[in-house]
Amino acid sequence: MPAIPLAKAPQPAATNPAQIRNFCIIAHIDHGKSTLADRMLGITEVVEQRNMRAQYLDRMDIERERGITIKSQAVRLPWRSGIDGQEYVLNMIDTPGHVDFTYEVSRSLAACEGAVLLVDCAQGIEAQTLANLYLAMENNLTIIPVLNKIDLPAAQPEKFATELAKLIGCEPEDVLRVSGKTGAGVVELLDQIVAQIPAPVGDPAAPTRALIFDSVYDSYRGVVTYVRVVDGKLTPRDQIQMFSTGVRHEALEVGVISPEPVVAKGLGVGEVGYVITGVKDVRQSRVGDTITMYNNPAKVALAGYKDPRPMVFSGLFPLDGADFPLLREALDKLQLNDAALVYEPESSAALGFGFRCGFLGLLHMEIVRERLERESNLSLISTAPNVVYNVTSGDGKEIVVTNPSEYPDGKIEKVEEPIVRATVLAPSEFIGTIMELCQERRGVLLGMDYLSEDRVEIRYTLPLAEIVFDFFDQLKSRTRGYASLDYEPIGVAEADLVKVDILLQGEKVDAFSAIVHKDKAYAYGTMMTGKLRELIPRQQFEIPIQAAIGGRIIARESIRAIRKDVLAKCYGGDISRKRKLLEKQKEGKKRMKMVGRVEVPQEAFVAALTTDADIDKAKAKAKE
Amino acid sequence: MSSELAFYVHIPYCVRRCGYCDFNTYTPSELAISSDLSGVSRSYIDLLIQEIELARATSDATVVPTIFFGGGTPTLMEPVDLGRVISAIGDRFELAPNAEITTEANPDTVTPAKLEQLRAAGINRISFGMQSAATHVLAALDRTHNPDNVRAAVEGTRAAGFDEVSVDLIYGAPGESLSDWEQTLDSALSLPISHISAYALIVEQGTKLGAQVKRGEVVMPDDDETADKYVLADKKFLAAGFDWYELSNWSKPGSQCRHNMAYWNGDNWWGAGPGAHSHIDGRRFWNVKHPNAYKEKMASTGNPMHEQEILDPHAIKSEATMLQIRLREGISSDGLGAEVSTKLRGYVDGGFLDPIAWKGGRVVLTRAGRLIADRIVREILF
Repeated sequence: MPAIPLAKAPQPAATNPAQIRNFCIIAHIDHGKSTLADRMLGITEVVEQRNMRAQYLDRMDIERERGITIKSQAVRLPWRSGIDGQEYVLNMIDTPGHVDFTYEVSRSLAACEGAVLLVDCAQGIEAQTLANLYLAMENNLTIIPVLNKIDLPAAQPEKFATELAKLIGCEPEDVLRVSGKTGAGVVELLDQIVAQIPAPVGDPAAPTRALIFDSVYDSYRGVVTYVRVVDGKLTPRDQIQMFSTGVRHEALEVGVISPEPVVAKGLGVGEVGYVITGVKDVRQSRVGDTITMYNNPAKVALAGYKDPRPMVFSGLFPLDGADFPLLREALDKLQLNDAALVYEPESSAALGFGFRCGFLGLLHMEIVRERLERESNLSLISTAPNVVYNVTSGDGKEIVVTNPSEYPDGKIEKVEEPIVRATVLAPSEFIGTIMELCQERRGVLLGMDYLSEDRVEIRYTLPLAEIVFDFFDQLKSRTRGYASLDYEPIGVAEADLVKVDILLQGEKVDAFSAIVHKDKAYAYGTMMTGKLRELIPRQQFEIPIQAAIGGRIIARESIRAIRKDVLAKCYGGDISRKRKLLEKQKEGKKRMKMVGRVEVPQEAFVAALTTDADIDKAKAKAKE
Repeated sequence: MSSELAFYVHIPYCVRRCGYCDFNTYTPSELAISSDLSGVSRSYIDLLIQEIELARATSDATVVPTIFFGGGTPTLMEPVDLGRVISAIGDRFELAPNAEITTEANPDTVTPAKLEQLRAAGINRISFGMQSAATHVLAALDRTHNPDNVRAAVEGTRAAGFDEVSVDLIYGAPGESLSDWEQTLDSALSLPISHISAYALIVEQGTKLGAQVKRGEVVMPDDDETADKYVLADKKFLAAGFDWYELSNWSKPGSQCRHNMAYWNGDNWWGAGPGAHSHIDGRRFWNVKHPNAYKEKMASTGNPMHEQEILDPHAIKSEATMLQIRLREGISSDGLGAEVSTKLRGYVDGGFLDPIAWKGGRVVLTRAGRLIADRIVREILF
């Protein structure tokens, strides 16, 4: 029996590094990583059959529902190799699977010596998987290529084995074939992890260095910090120190996850586990930082620490102004667990008090918003997301603009916007469509490679602002969902950008201002004025709606004055009914925001700030 | 409290139901009775008289200023039966010497003889459902009467000695053009009448028309066109000597419907019959809706009330504003508060409120203002 009972397995702090294998699984969102992980938990018997549940490791509801892993975790799996009959400890480090969390992925990878590259053999590799594969290769990880879902009727293992072999430079027959669903090939995979992935190497006598690859806030325990010990050891009661901040903490508890937390005597070289210090905020225990000993600090930190930098900004406002304190509380709480989330109070004439929030990317933004709404029961309006601009005004002053309202009036010398290198993987039949889309979005083609006969990798530089707008939704719809996208920031570039304001009866509506490329200003203006014309109800006077760049009007619509707003009949039996109707309308009127003299229903703000793609998403969700 | 009590008497029967109508009325086939309503008439009137007895016991009013027979089609009842109701009221209360006693009437079902009988029964005001002079509009409304019958009927009332005759008009039906409406207005104004009600058609859920609109079979004219029709009607009525006294009601001097004014002024009234609403001193209550349920409830408990609502001072004030702003006198601008006054000032400037009345401390709607009365009510109330 290859599984080893936990009690008899090598114990933490007493495991020879030669017996340890640290690996992660690189996979696209729906390529079956969680199912494979579940299967590994079952086969190694760390979870009893009766306790098993789907996506065991994905703790948050939101992860389970969306089928994605946001926070990584590490599970210690004892395993007796079927090849040499020896006992080993496998640490499976779960990585987040989305482009916004590239940095977190890179730290998870840095905690491993090897990676299982898991690809759905009905779909082939996707852009994000490819990007993570490259990251793993840069970290000198041993790659074990694996095709999953071989039980599917649509499986094309030969085709995709060739594709994978070409990508990582091995033979197609070296590509393992498994089914997380049936369990086929999983035992062999575990054995190959032992056989192929090198054991960790470190100096047990050197000052302690442990890499933080994840940091999770738990309302009972405070922050749980996941670490990989590189040198020395970590034991309970140690006085530890964070390299980046120099702050000292006591290691109150050290343990491993198997897959429930198990308190341990310590962690030695190459081991993976958790430390609890009692801190309440993940920003004090940052991903990528190095833990060392306060009394015997290491001289050099482990490489690769970076502060997370928000790339996308959006205003979040409570639909009900009275919920502002609740929103602040909810953000404070969320930040305990999300070091990348930044926010500061913002007030909008149209939307009231809210927060300007910075996110790693669009998915991060969506997740934050969804968690705020779900966990704190808030209804929110978010303004259209924008990127960070470096604006040099006419008088030579440089301003960093994260909000269209900060965009200076008057003459602008220069505007720089963030640029990304985007990689799109898709069936070759969509090359034309994809190039057309990238061209529309100011993309510059960098190159194109065939991964196999009918699949290509297309590389472009694109302004991040274009991706933030609705690039991904467009890409998905124009390629019938077959294309996948990954991007990484590569710097900034000068661009011909303008701020478009929207005016209602001459009053600027701050929530609708946008910074757009000059060539798109007219399209934005007509789209927004047209939308508002449909959304704002007629009032007793005519309402001009204008789009303007500075003082220049570029688009104009108007809402005609209402002529009739009365019910003709009102006799004895109608009176109660009519009064109740009025009372109902009173509720509706409460939800009106005044822009100058114009009443704008809250729904109009929400709808105007919602893209068609958002509406489709909401519809799809409603159907589920 | 007030010593007056107006009476509304509901006759919940029609020969057939019109497509736009959501009133509480039933056809013989719906009630599964023979098409001859004369038998029903007798026993139904008995129930109404029982309810009048209840009103006597409930209200401390002594004088009845107005009685209004509505429906349904009150003229389906024998005039003598309507007379029994009037006598029952007169026996238990004091009928005011100048009491206004109205019945609604279908121009198709009145004959000179019947009109004389109605007059003899004590009715002194008749309100005809004319609706339109255009046959295709009547067809769209699912009305069966021949527009030519209206003239005969109205002239017949004069011959029978009625001084007060009103016609009801409906505008904004599907397929009605502005010139159709103009023709209807001219036709109505050529009749010897003293009062006109003109309503924009409301599409009610649960009616045949409502279903047709929902299915897209019928397209309703847009509100701007309907507004044009109101403006046209108001101009023509004014020119012919009919002044507006309520948003949808116009009359010759002194010929306002006093019964309807009671509703709008918050007076006390008793509604007798199935589904009828009453109001007594801040209490609104209404009867069970179906004639059979009404009959059973009367038989078992002697009280047909279904539900009631006690109005708090806030609700009383809301209702008064909502109803009285529709009247010629409007409401007082005292105590509206600075914020509301500022908002209303904008409506004066916009031409929706009468500037002279405003200076005199009254909020009075102009023609354009009447068309957005509900909006102005919302401004005042919240």
